[in-house]
Amino acid sequence: MHPMRGKVAIVGAADTEVGIVPDLSATQLCIDAALRALKDAGTSKDQVDGLITCNSMAEPYMYHAEAMAEYLQIFPSYCMSVGAGGGTTFSILHHAASAIATGVCDTVLISMADSMRSGLTRDQAMAMQSSTGHTQFEIPYGPTVPAFYALIAQAHMARYGTTAEQFAAIAVSTRTHASLNPTAQKRDLITVEDVVNSRLIADPLHLLDCSLVSDGGSAVILTSAERAADFPHSPVYLLGFGEGHGHEHISQAQSLTTSTAVEAGQRAYEMAGLGPKDMDFAQLYDCFTPTVLVELEDLGFCEKGEGGPYVESGAIELGGALPVNTHGGLLSHCHPGNPGSMFALTETVTQLRHQAGERQVKNAEVALVHAQGGIMSSHTTLILSTENS
Amino acid sequence: MAHADKNLPRSTPETKVFWEGCREGELRIQRCADCGEHQFYPRIICSHCTSDQIEWVVSQGQGELISYTVVRRAVSDAYAAEVPYVIGIIQLAEGPTMMSSLVDCDCENVTVGTKVEVVFENWTEEISVPKFRPVNP
Repeated sequence: MHPMRGKVAIVGAADTEVGIVPDLSATQLCIDAALRALKDAGTSKDQVDGLITCNSMAEPYMYHAEAMAEYLQIFPSYCMSVGAGGGTTFSILHHAASAIATGVCDTVLISMADSMRSGLTRDQAMAMQSSTGHTQFEIPYGPTVPAFYALIAQAHMARYGTTAEQFAAIAVSTRTHASLNPTAQKRDLITVEDVVNSRLIADPLHLLDCSLVSDGGSAVILTSAERAADFPHSPVYLLGFGEGHGHEHISQAQSLTTSTAVEAGQRAYEMAGLGPKDMDFAQLYDCFTPTVLVELEDLGFCEKGEGGPYVESGAIELGGALPVNTHGGLLSHCHPGNPGSMFALTETVTQLRHQAGERQVKNAEVALVHAQGGIMSSHTTLILSTENS
Repeated sequence: MAHADKNLPRSTPETKVFWEGCREGELRIQRCADCGEHQFYPRIICSHCTSDQIEWVVSQGQGELISYTVVRRAVSDAYAAEVPYVIGIIQLAEGPTMMSSLVDCDCENVTVGTKVEVVFENWTEEISVPKFRPVNP
């Protein structure tokens, strides 16, 4: 058995208010998320000896985690800010786990927040996000972030016959879940027709295939499985993790239709000793609807090329074989930029504590959480469970 | 100056030969003298075999559109006049892939698999940007 399997657990998890939060700065959101997670864990800042943050676009610091430690007046033995985004947000979970397992620190606070909606103008937010492209060989052509992902969607349609309506089905089920989540930014139900009739942004992606631009923060607290028993909530154990890296720039991708979510998933499954059929639900990175479809295939929930029929079957809805993005995802819950994946993690903790109210997945015990950064470039899969045996 | 506020590529020591080629109407890519593979973008080593025996060659400038999108909402005001514009990934006949724009086309009728050829768009005294257009059969 892998030596890290089940060795650490999440003992605290919380989100700030999300959506449009103009009266809190990005720094304040980060601190607010941290304080809420500490309260959830029933502990104090003085017990934190590891701190991980990601930088903010709206209110950047040269050394962000150090600045947050100073703000909180904590003096950790392990402190770093990560160039987070999608997958990186989850990869730090296993860095933190390794730090705990090797005795570098005992209790790690991971807090991430940004103010993409209120702290930046719309043009600033767009320019910052599209700067992910190659400065000489992509950006001169004027690609937007939706355009980068549209290249993946179009390739999938050409190769497998996937349709705009199938992508839309993902937006619809995600919105249905958000409608059951009082904190979600968008809660009005939508139909497939609403999605395909919304404005085309970058073919084949319509406005409602695209995630939100939000403010918000989210934090979790990680400690060893032994110490986890001393915290008030049932621990959520990290059973498996895996990364996969294929490219940075989409024009250099080995494949547009198969991603390194394949390798990330295989590594996580192998470590956990589990497979796709063991998952009670999944949270899959949904910056745009096609990412969910490709991830469902690459993580083994359906055959390659069958993602379209799979989502149309209702499998990813609450009550289906694999409820996906039970909080409403980046599409409908919130997407404050780099911290975006964190909300999938805190939702997973809520679900595994059976505290998700109307959107609770019945008898949920094991979940897969997956995120990607860049343009389907860097992938991280986590497998979390109520049990570590 | 229609291109003045666009995101102008800035040539580096590594890419100077490429951008000089574009200015002269040549799409220059790299070929490994040891393993014979081509690569794009420019690198100091062969990304296939790690040889440092890299030579510049002129691509035929022919390729196939392996994916595309029609951008309906421009990334910034500098690109707004061109909306809708087509961005694609082209696989060159020599093998490497690159991002570019598709020009001289009906953007409502683009298809994956379209055969394309390079054209150059002059942006400044130094920089011409390689774009592609459909090859008419």
